[in-house]
Amino acid sequence: MHDSILTHAKSRYLWISLGLCVISIALYIWHDPGIAPNGGTWLGYTLGTVAALLIVWLLLFGIRKRSYSTTMGSTLGWLSAHVYLGTALILIALLHCGFQFGWNLHTLTLVLMLIVIFSGFFGVYTYLRYPTLMTRNRESATRDAMLDEIAEIDQNALSLADGIAPEIHAVVLRSIENTRLGGGVWTQLRARDGSDIAIARIKVAIEKRETQIGAPPPSMQAGQTILAMVDFLAGRADDKQSEALRKLIDILSRKRALATRVARDIQYQAIMEIWLYIHVPLSIGLLAALIGHIISVFFYW
Amino acid sequence: MSERFKIAIIGSGPGGLSAAARAAERNVSHVLLEAEAHLSNTIYLYQKGKYVMDEPGILPLRSPIPFEAGLRETILDRWNETCARLKVNVRHRHEVAAINRRDDGIFEIRCQNGNRLEAEAVVLGIGLQGNLRKLGVPGEDLPFVQYQLDDPDAYEGETIVVVGAGDAAIENAIALARQNNVVIINRKDEFGRAKKGNESAILKAIDDGLIECYYNSAPEKVEALSAGRKPGRMILNTANGRAQILLDRVIARLGATAPRGFVEACGVVFPNKDPASVPAISAQYESNVKGLYIVGALGGYPLIKQAMNQGYEVVEYITGTAVEPADAPLLKAKFSNLRGIGSVEQALAQIQKNVPVLSHITPLQMREFMLDSDIRTPAEGAVIFERNDYTNSFYSIVEGEVRIAVENKPHPIVLRRGEFFGEMSLISGRRRSATVLAGANCVLVETPRRSMNRLINSVEAVKAEIDRIFIMRAIQSRFASEASSEQLAEMAASATLQRYKAGDYVFQEGEDGDCLQLVRVGSLTISRNIGGKEIVLTYVAAGNYVGEMALMGESKRSASARAAIATETIRLDGPVFKRLISRIPALRLRLQKEFKERTAANLAMQSMPGGGDIISFLMAQGAGEATDILLIDESLCIRCDNCEKACAETHSGTSRLDREAGPTFANVHVPTSCRHCEHPHCMKDCPPDALRRAPNGEVFINDNCIGCGNCERNCPYGVIHMASKPPKKPGLLQWLLLGRGPGPGEAPYDPDAVKDPKAKKAVKCDMCKDQAGGAACVRACPTGAAIRISPEEFPAYAQSRR
Repeated sequence: MHDSILTHAKSRYLWISLGLCVISIALYIWHDPGIAPNGGTWLGYTLGTVAALLIVWLLLFGIRKRSYSTTMGSTLGWLSAHVYLGTALILIALLHCGFQFGWNLHTLTLVLMLIVIFSGFFGVYTYLRYPTLMTRNRESATRDAMLDEIAEIDQNALSLADGIAPEIHAVVLRSIENTRLGGGVWTQLRARDGSDIAIARIKVAIEKRETQIGAPPPSMQAGQTILAMVDFLAGRADDKQSEALRKLIDILSRKRALATRVARDIQYQAIMEIWLYIHVPLSIGLLAALIGHIISVFFYW
Repeated sequence: MSERFKIAIIGSGPGGLSAAARAAERNVSHVLLEAEAHLSNTIYLYQKGKYVMDEPGILPLRSPIPFEAGLRETILDRWNETCARLKVNVRHRHEVAAINRRDDGIFEIRCQNGNRLEAEAVVLGIGLQGNLRKLGVPGEDLPFVQYQLDDPDAYEGETIVVVGAGDAAIENAIALARQNNVVIINRKDEFGRAKKGNESAILKAIDDGLIECYYNSAPEKVEALSAGRKPGRMILNTANGRAQILLDRVIARLGATAPRGFVEACGVVFPNKDPASVPAISAQYESNVKGLYIVGALGGYPLIKQAMNQGYEVVEYITGTAVEPADAPLLKAKFSNLRGIGSVEQALAQIQKNVPVLSHITPLQMREFMLDSDIRTPAEGAVIFERNDYTNSFYSIVEGEVRIAVENKPHPIVLRRGEFFGEMSLISGRRRSATVLAGANCVLVETPRRSMNRLINSVEAVKAEIDRIFIMRAIQSRFASEASSEQLAEMAASATLQRYKAGDYVFQEGEDGDCLQLVRVGSLTISRNIGGKEIVLTYVAAGNYVGEMALMGESKRSASARAAIATETIRLDGPVFKRLISRIPALRLRLQKEFKERTAANLAMQSMPGGGDIISFLMAQGAGEATDILLIDESLCIRCDNCEKACAETHSGTSRLDREAGPTFANVHVPTSCRHCEHPHCMKDCPPDALRRAPNGEVFINDNCIGCGNCERNCPYGVIHMASKPPKKPGLLQWLLLGRGPGPGEAPYDPDAVKDPKAKKAVKCDMCKDQAGGAACVRACPTGAAIRISPEEFPAYAQSRR
């Protein structure tokens, strides 16, 4: 039924990649060029050609992914092969260079390739881990639905605050204006939102009001719950107001929960995408370096 | 003495208007009675700027009134203009209350406003829309009481009372509540009649205090007030006594009274109670009441052009002018490959004579039937349809014979002239059960599903005959290999058709088993009560049978069978069946073998925690009527939306699936996407019959869609949209190398600005039937999260998700 990239077609591409690796190792061990193994021997050239072709093919995935009407296999099959053959590429490239490194373009190409491949590993990890977390976090709601609900809560909160006191209204309004979901890369990845501030500010406003009307200093200290605050208030303010305040705090708590979930949703999505910003540009860089590497090798030949 | 006319035309829709214009053109004394203050109310009420199409394109227009595809406003303007030029005798605000035919053949027409008229002939062109139901209390006609809402944004800051609990009332109330103070009046204590989405939306709006709701309440009267800030008030009867609401406006959305009651009161007979049935009319559009003619949608012709042609022709018939119907050339073309047949009428008569099941229908129905059908003359040995095809057309054999290849049987069944086939897939909505090959000199009439269903619903005799053959063949196909034809006939004689609503029990665990049930339409779930919880074990699709075990030894039902959707079964009597298996050991052995396999599968499901829950969940999403459903495993889905992009890219820019929407259970997500129902709801009311089923089961929309939106409204799963074509995108390389946007999978820059507003047509998933590789959504999924499966695979699917 459902196949993952790792188990697709009974892990066909895993076996193909393993076969490729085994053959390469066997040839490498069997081959005795007389000097230290390097890219200049016939095996070195062969492995280099294989690796270069693999790189070009791996890059073609970006085009395949966007060719929606092609009949060339499924995207799933391509990605499965992309992952396994990309992994095999590490070994083939290392055998190609005979484990010789230096401060030159050739090693730069290798390093770029390794960064691209390892960023891909991170991608595989996120693809396997985050979808489930995302589903659990969303609790069957869509992101748009959650955003709609937040917008609605904001409206309700404003009209409730209107009936309590002008300063509460101002606080709620300011907090709505300050609620930011999403944003720059760093904000998305940190999953922070400004919705806590609303409740904190209301607390401050109430404290201020209490002191203004000359009531005994409120015994509100840090760590005291919102509920206690409301109960405390219920004794002083008139019934309707404290009821409205209770409701206001209820819905603001609900908003906080929602906003946290949206922020986390954005975070998960960002994590699943962020690695592509390394993987894709560097793979283009790799292609450029690879062309340089090949030309320079032929130039010095 | 009331005025007398030769022809009274009732209703100024396309049919009536065309008839009146023709009568005016020919100087025949006529009157056109229209209930509203304008012509063609149904089209008048189309939304502003709606593009009206002129399907069927091949049919020529024959009417003094011009009509071609265009904007609603243009069409109405031209109609009004033509009407004035021809001096059509229109009487507006003349709603007809009663039509009486006197013994001398003259019709007496009484209008709601008290006017009386007489006419020698009456043309009824009132359509199917019906009259809007009014409040039925004093004050129902006050100026601030309205029964329609064109533009909810036209009102602001008013107190508006919405009366009604259906979809229209809810949609109006919610739209109005954005800018107004809205109160909704519901006669009942719930909104059960509305669509799920609307129900939850209104309950939420009430919960949030956006809309005030009076449950169990009914208006007692509406009054205009001369003093105070509000122009009126409504007195309500509520469960807690009377209440008063001061208001600016009342919007009552109480549905419409179907015109059928009125038509029946005129003496016109309908063939049966089915709401889809239409009255029988002659080839001259005359009903069973002599002198009373019916044109347009009321007579079963929903398209504008058809109705206009009929309006023209009916006037010719009444005035005694012979006229060849506008469709005659079309029919002639159809019969062109039939040898030795003279006129169209002769050909129609010949077909009716050769095929007994068609002998019961009227000449007009026969014309319509043949217009929709095709004549096929396949070469001997040609395949007419293959086993497992999803086609659903119906075939009548006019000449020659066909051979039905039956599995495991060396000799094919031969059907000869006068017989029909294809009724199984038509009725069950499932795959063809056998391959049919043409015999020698074979001439067939192939009729599409909609026309056949209309015929079955309109002519009782056709229905009875098809049902009889269906039962016979269903029994044959199950038991023919073991039983003799007499034994089969005995079984068929004891068989009865049973209907079940979704959720009804066909039988319950522990009951005495007294019958075998063959599922004919719909599907069943088999469940057992384990530890006080009903555990679904499996799913039984149409074409299979249940309940045989209780007849073969154990006498109690070992599990319950429940209709997953509206279901019809053929009930085979227990004692007859028992006698049969006692006489045929081979049948007994086969049934026992099948039973063993079923029990093993059920046990596997039972021992698996949560397995049945997935089936239950899928059934709750309506998957029981699906033939192919898109499921997404959310533990694999990386939310890249490549499925939606692939859908849009392969289908002229509009995605037909919404990945994110839809419920999820145990990581199985059912996105908003077509499941290609066995009996597609979208096909229910498509005027040009544009919704079709392809051989592989894809339900798709043909190019002759008129954009009426009926399918969008009828689909309970919300998978059909109205969309127009966006401009062409640059190719992949142009985007990649030259930066020409938008690229593959990207939305067009400004979809609204560039879209051609006029040609909005319905779009839906066609399962990529024109794509070589199959469904693009599934093929584009990089992680294997998206799959398409059919309900038969649900048990295996549930097991795979342990």
